Amino acid sequence: MLTYETLRLIWWTLLGTLLIGFAVTDGFDLGVATLLPFVARTDPERRVVINTVGPVWEGNQVWFILGGGAIFAAWPPLYAVAFSGFYLAMFLVLCALILRPVAFKFRSKIANPTWRSTWDWVLFIAGLIPALVFGVAFGNVIQGVPFRFDDTLRMTYEGTLFGLLNPFALLCGLVSVSMLVTHGGAYLALKADEPIASRAASYARFSALITLVLFAAAGIWVSVGIRAYSIVGHIVQDGPSNPLLKEVARNGTWLDHYFAQPWIVAAPLLASMAALATIVLLSARRNTLALIASALSVAGVIVTAGLSIFPFLLPSSLDPKSSLTVWDASSSQSTLTIMLVATIIFLPVVVAYTAWVYRVLRGRVTLAYVADNPSSTY
Amino acid sequence: MNTMDVVQLSRLQFGLTAMYHFLFVPLTLGLSILLGVMESVYVMTGREIWRQMTKFWGLLFGINFAMGVATGITMEFQFGMNWAYYSHYVGDVFGAPLAIEGLMAFFLEATFIGLFFFGWDKLSKVGHLAVTWLVALGSNLSALWILIANGWMQHPVGARFNPDTMRMEVTDFSAVILNPVAQAKFVHTVSAGYVTGSVFVLAISAYYLLRGRHVELAKRSMTVAASFGLAAALSVVVLGDESGYTAGENQKMKIAAIESMWNTEKAPASFTIFGLPNQATHRTDDDIEVPWMLGLIVTRSINTTVPGIDELVARAETRIRAGLVAYDALEKLHANRADAGARVALTAHADDLGYALLLKRFRPDILNATNADVLAAAWSTVPAVSPLFWSFRIMVGLGLFFIVLFAVAFYLASSRQLTSSPTFLRVALLVLPLPWVASELGWFVAEVGRQPWVIEGVLPTFLAVSSLSAGNVLITLVGFILFYSTLLVVEIYLMVKTIRLGPALVGPDVSAKSIAMAAPAAAE
Repeated sequence: MLTYETLRLIWWTLLGTLLIGFAVTDGFDLGVATLLPFVARTDPERRVVINTVGPVWEGNQVWFILGGGAIFAAWPPLYAVAFSGFYLAMFLVLCALILRPVAFKFRSKIANPTWRSTWDWVLFIAGLIPALVFGVAFGNVIQGVPFRFDDTLRMTYEGTLFGLLNPFALLCGLVSVSMLVTHGGAYLALKADEPIASRAASYARFSALITLVLFAAAGIWVSVGIRAYSIVGHIVQDGPSNPLLKEVARNGTWLDHYFAQPWIVAAPLLASMAALATIVLLSARRNTLALIASALSVAGVIVTAGLSIFPFLLPSSLDPKSSLTVWDASSSQSTLTIMLVATIIFLPVVVAYTAWVYRVLRGRVTLAYVADNPSSTY
Repeated sequence: MNTMDVVQLSRLQFGLTAMYHFLFVPLTLGLSILLGVMESVYVMTGREIWRQMTKFWGLLFGINFAMGVATGITMEFQFGMNWAYYSHYVGDVFGAPLAIEGLMAFFLEATFIGLFFFGWDKLSKVGHLAVTWLVALGSNLSALWILIANGWMQHPVGARFNPDTMRMEVTDFSAVILNPVAQAKFVHTVSAGYVTGSVFVLAISAYYLLRGRHVELAKRSMTVAASFGLAAALSVVVLGDESGYTAGENQKMKIAAIESMWNTEKAPASFTIFGLPNQATHRTDDDIEVPWMLGLIVTRSINTTVPGIDELVARAETRIRAGLVAYDALEKLHANRADAGARVALTAHADDLGYALLLKRFRPDILNATNADVLAAAWSTVPAVSPLFWSFRIMVGLGLFFIVLFAVAFYLASSRQLTSSPTFLRVALLVLPLPWVASELGWFVAEVGRQPWVIEGVLPTFLAVSSLSAGNVLITLVGFILFYSTLLVVEIYLMVKTIRLGPALVGPDVSAKSIAMAAPAAAE
């Protein structure tokens, strides 16, 4: 049996893996939806765009649901604090995620232009809002969030929705939007018919550039403008999951982690180099490689955030000792073990059949295909 | 008191969103299997009409499925949003089946549903059939895991309280999975879904037959629905009994409340068919009873006593007093984690800790609780009797009615008289809403009957909420009501529109594709 400490580390990497799985798969759905009103001008073109993600968005969205479930199972305090703390923001995300399937399903069922263009804007908003909110949430995590535990580990949150919308968090929100737009654009460049593909490629190149600039800006801001958190003294890495058993101080910046562990600079390097590669590959019309590059860039951004604040998962700005860390916010050793076994068995199966489905659906979605299949397409 | 507002609003929101979600779930469960059956017939016989049936009912399935998935996301996230202390307190146990549900079931159904719609000309016949069955498998597995999670709330096995982390932790995960309450609930719930799917197909086919439209498709659909529905309706009632039996073992208070049995009766207890429960006087007025029946259903014997509410309240009182010992020890441990004596005392009475927590509704300093407080807390373990009493009876009545309905349908279908009985067809159309009524009432009985507990005997509902302001919960509650009502209108409109247009929607496609099928793999 694995030690508690190792299991916690494994589940920290699995948490990252699931977030990346979500951002890479559902991320291009969100990006495609955000680009919908811009890359497609006629109704047939819009249907092509929607049908590039039509058969796969449902599966992609499960990464998000699984992410939620896995946080619940493996990091219950994180699930409890983050979801109730970001209450109204979560509600917005929920509305967007509920509207999106409905918009997909309902849009093309009625031929009325007003009906369709209404749903197109719904799709745009339902793509934009989650992308923005997830970034904003990350931005707040990096700064710390105002919550505290009492001695029964009941959590109180003392922030508001507008408190979440601070400048640094909004910057992170924009990073998230632009990186997912890039990713969605790269996906359309590969999957959509002309002229949509070329337009999407231009949008993607442009937003990749924006992503680079914003990501660098956020990096500078973190290095000079945000006070980091650190555990005071020694923390028992295989102790009970009770955040109140440690002391936390605020000092230095998260950049200090990069001096202590220089190898973690690989993460932001990956994020930026891959974004650059996306631009180059899209110009060279190497669309498959461009999509892989944008996926790597998305992964790089998420890993950067995770490594920068390690071992913190969610610092508390109100009562630093309440902060959640990898060492004191997990499930019990037996639950982590059971969940690891379940993941080892099922995740490869999921990845295998998902890959098979994408293979069956390979090839561009053309204007002719959508015109010929009015009832089996969206 | 402000926090009680948050509790009431959170409960209302969870109840409404869960019941709304469950408008879509049973139809998904039932139709997914029916689609698999229809397509299997197509693949075995090669007759085009069965393919058209699969595609037509698939269209309706798709509209319903999207709503089921969308509203399911709310469920998964509401635990954290509105029930943060619950999530902390039992996440170690409750989170695992939810996560496994995602890994094992959601991915399966959601990944293959796309291919179900988009894969007709990209896959071989058998390949597509496999996809359809995988969607059905995914939906049904999802029911299994969520009911394991729910079963644990009703009958929490395989876990114990850990004072260092202030939460319940898994001690035996196989006990959680093999929980008898969960198993009974699973079979009962999926059978109810199969009944819903069958009534849906039956009613809409009846509509076509009444109008003389799509007769061939409607007759065949009705035959499938009648046979599958009859088996499912029998299973719901027989295994509903199983559900009552296990509740008799584990959730005696729920049974006593459903029965409005204020006082313990001499074995075997009688079953009250009609009566007017009175929560204030602790009596059931004007009751009509069937001797022996309850004792037989619940204990499967004639000499085991079914405890009444009075006896269960007395047991709760004893457990509250034992729980106070555990609570006292827990307080001492908070002051000094090394207090070995307190740890021993807590371990000895940990099973009753939840009962002491019931007192928090009456005073914060529960160690100073008076006898009156303890008695009030003991009586607070009685759920609202009248609503349970009536919901249960209507649900059971509907369950019995479905057996008759499908038996008649089955007889008419097998003697080829479906088109010759307009009266039956009219009845079959009119009963369309009833399976939903029965399902919703079933959940109402299960969840309201569990009150005041969110986890039976472990955590009272009023302690499980998040530290939110009532205003914020009110915003989302109103938001959900407006948002969901709009969606429901759009959903029903589209369903009705699709049903009116009928199989013609997939008709031209079918003939065009049947030519393309001659040369598969040609189109990429």
